[in-house]
Amino acid sequence: MSLQVTKHGDIVVIDVDGQLIVGNRQELKQRVLDEAEGGARRILIDFAKTAYIDSSGLGVLVSLAKRLRELGGDLRLANLNDDLQTLFELTKLDSLFQIADTRERALESF
Amino acid sequence: MASNAALDIRIPSDVQQIEGIVAEVVHRCREHRFNGRQLSLNVPVALTEALSNAILRGNGEDAGKHVRVRAEVSELRLVLEVEDEGNGFDLDACTMDPTTPDNLERETGRGLFLMRSLMDQVERFRADGNVVRLTLLRR
Repeated sequence: MSLQVTKHGDIVVIDVDGQLIVGNRQELKQRVLDEAEGGARRILIDFAKTAYIDSSGLGVLVSLAKRLRELGGDLRLANLNDDLQTLFELTKLDSLFQIADTRERALESF
Repeated sequence: MASNAALDIRIPSDVQQIEGIVAEVVHRCREHRFNGRQLSLNVPVALTEALSNAILRGNGEDAGKHVRVRAEVSELRLVLEVEDEGNGFDLDACTMDPTTPDNLERETGRGLFLMRSLMDQVERFRADGNVVRLTLLRR
């Protein structure tokens, strides 16, 4: 997995390339926490290049969303493929996150 | 022609081993013409869950312990067995519903639920060690 971080105004966008699973989830967690510590409050994770996510990856997203909320911020998601959409529906995490079908719509939604 | 030879390997208790095993099993399932959704979702996610449970919980990430992975793929089904050196667990007692309001925001507890949602059958039993067997019918 690799992460690419870009900024759109005060929104931090993180692209996740590859699998988000138990062996690399801490990398994403640390990156988001570092951005939050640096003052970012609006963070978008774009999964356009993500193949699959396991339960520990989903857990990290839940944990990060909570942390951002505690800081008065917001974590949003974009570009879930059909498989990822199924995972979010199975676990009902689609009800916990604001999920946009494109990056542009996600950026506009903040 | 796709091989029906079973995969049978022993790996150290290291989560970095997971992606390689998953790629090999998915490759074998692709040779047997499992459908796209099974190749991109059911097999990789359920196997990742079984392996991470074995490495992290069964073996407590003890570098001295190993996980054995067996995979038999045919035109009919995939049967995976993941064996660790732990004491085992009660599958039903340990599977929680992560979708209830109380559990939705928990960071952990979705692994067994996903395995059972994505596979046709999940069993646990003791052999030489603690074994989780996952079965997926080819569709």
